Amino acid sequence: MNGSAPLVSVRNLKKEFPIRKGILSRQVGAVKAVNDVSFDVARGETLGVVGESGCGKTTTGRAILRLIEPTSGEISFEGRDVRSMGTSELRALRREMQIIFQDPVSSLNPRMSVGAIIREGLTIHKLAEGAAADARVRQLLQEVGLRPEYSNRYPHEFSGGQRQRIGIARALSVEPKFIVCDEPVSALDVSVQAQVINLLEDLQRDHDLTYMFIAHDLSVVEHIADRVAVMYLGKIVELATADDLYREPLMPYTQALLSAVPIADPKARKERILLQGDVPSPANPPSGCVFHPRCHHPAKDAACAAIVPPLEEKTPGHLAACIKQPPTTVSWEQQKEAGGVHPPERYLPLAAVHA
Amino acid sequence: MTAPLLSIRNLRTWFYTEAGVARAVDGVSFDIGAGETLGLVGESGSGKSVTALSILRLIQPPGRIESGSVIEFDGKDIVTLGDDEIRDIRGNRISMIFQEPMSALNPVFTVGDQVAEVARVHAGVSRKEAWDRAVEMLALTGMPDAESRAKQYPHQLSGGMRQRVLIAMALMMKPALVIADEPTTALDVTIQAQILDLLVDLQKKIGTSILMITHDLGVIAETASRVIVMYAGEVVEQAEVDSLFAKPHHPYTEGLMHSMPHIGHDQERLNVIPGTVPAPTEWPSGCRFRERCPYSWDRCETEHPLLYQIGEDHVSRCHLAIEPDRRNHPHPPVVVEAGVAAA
Repeated sequence: MNGSAPLVSVRNLKKEFPIRKGILSRQVGAVKAVNDVSFDVARGETLGVVGESGCGKTTTGRAILRLIEPTSGEISFEGRDVRSMGTSELRALRREMQIIFQDPVSSLNPRMSVGAIIREGLTIHKLAEGAAADARVRQLLQEVGLRPEYSNRYPHEFSGGQRQRIGIARALSVEPKFIVCDEPVSALDVSVQAQVINLLEDLQRDHDLTYMFIAHDLSVVEHIADRVAVMYLGKIVELATADDLYREPLMPYTQALLSAVPIADPKARKERILLQGDVPSPANPPSGCVFHPRCHHPAKDAACAAIVPPLEEKTPGHLAACIKQPPTTVSWEQQKEAGGVHPPERYLPLAAVHA
Repeated sequence: MTAPLLSIRNLRTWFYTEAGVARAVDGVSFDIGAGETLGLVGESGSGKSVTALSILRLIQPPGRIESGSVIEFDGKDIVTLGDDEIRDIRGNRISMIFQEPMSALNPVFTVGDQVAEVARVHAGVSRKEAWDRAVEMLALTGMPDAESRAKQYPHQLSGGMRQRVLIAMALMMKPALVIADEPTTALDVTIQAQILDLLVDLQKKIGTSILMITHDLGVIAETASRVIVMYAGEVVEQAEVDSLFAKPHHPYTEGLMHSMPHIGHDQERLNVIPGTVPAPTEWPSGCRFRERCPYSWDRCETEHPLLYQIGEDHVSRCHLAIEPDRRNHPHPPVVVEAGVAAA
């Protein structure tokens, strides 16, 4: 990341969803969907966020836009405190921050024409009206690779990839600085997925956009992201440049995730790190390191179950949360006190490396 | 390949919709060998799932199997079997694993009951024995604590566990063929790895053939020994897996492979196949891929390409087989972007 102030800055973000039971709906617990997450997004960069279902990646993205109210933590956008904003300030902010959703079918109103869908933002934010708005809609359609005359048609007349283009045109209409792309290509076929990814990259270049790109597909994220955050059970467990993360994943969970990706080359068949069982419930996450019950690091011991690993710098710009991957600020003495028996040792299984 | 377990010949499954006749599967022929894993790749609208449903005669109106045959190893044609006979084949000799485990399971019965039902229907065993077999089968799929899990309902299980239940149901009768329709698409990547390993492992134990239907070339490369690529209701390429990935012949297969980002081999820009799959009610004349193809020439417009033999066990439905020089002269395709024709 460069020296200038980040566009988006998130500190200690938490989101808990209460679990209620009984006729009085008493709160009996909480699902910690996002559990103390901090990161910055630099101007002009694409921050990829990867992780499996329930890891909190979508909740994090929506909390930044306050589509979901965070439980605690700080969010700032160009230095402005997003969490303390009132309704009108928030509305103004959403002109600058937009979101593209995964499902291009349910995120477009079927009763509105494509033109009306794209115009809505222009009207709400008083950016254009009448003939000027019509011209802008046509220009936006063209920019996302659709014919201008499509503005009179309805969403059902379009294929999945074309609908996703409409969603992108809608997000672009208000000239945002920052777009949260929440699994924007997951529902698309491979060939269409490539078209949409190229489009997002072109638009970023032409409009100086900053993206937070949320996806579960690790190869797509490697392609589009400058830096990547890996989430597991509501926490960021690793954060690095895409090159570093894919070349030398440090957190054992990231290693397992990378080794699990099927390779489209029958000659490259290789060993996998097979994780046992499922992701634990975020209502009752494991103590210490949330990944420890499934971890394959040879130095894993009782200390991992006792100490919450800080997300700390392992090599310049490469952060990981693992007290067994040196260097660590959790000293060996502290680990021994917590029942540790194996000193930290750098571990990189070949199965995690895509050469 | 040894003597085929199943021979599909000239299968046509059409849907009579308001928009016209959708020729979803339009003259498909292939064999599935005993004990092999045959990969079937294609995107939405290619006809791969309709092919699978046709094999089990699960086509509902307005669709119907128009013509063709699906000959089982003992010489019976599934297309013309009576309803009782087909019911005896489904879930017994040929079974299916669906993509979405939540909607394929009945929410009001325990998963143990649903697995046991397969044995009660097809093997006619007692309630008690069926239950015991179900628990045994669930344990075989790697379900931890199968005895107590069997008493749970689908909503109490995770996606990966539900998929194990479907696999247990599909393999209960040790079928000759399992059709797996996108069995891991709805799962996370680490769970997908578990399920793919499980399928390969169980296949070795039971000796069943698998028809692996997926859009994911990675899944194909890791599981299949032979691959069929479908486009617009037709088989466009068929080869041994190594040969297909080393030397894809059909421009569609080639485009598919190049449009995927590969971990560790990042390129500046992804190659794309421009445009979208045409509507099944109006397949283009000649080659159905020609408008999106960078090599097409006048022959492609007038002459529907045959499946040309281009190598040992490698066929391709592309005129490049007889005019290979054309590959050296690519041009912008007729369709350049999402449904927008070039000016």
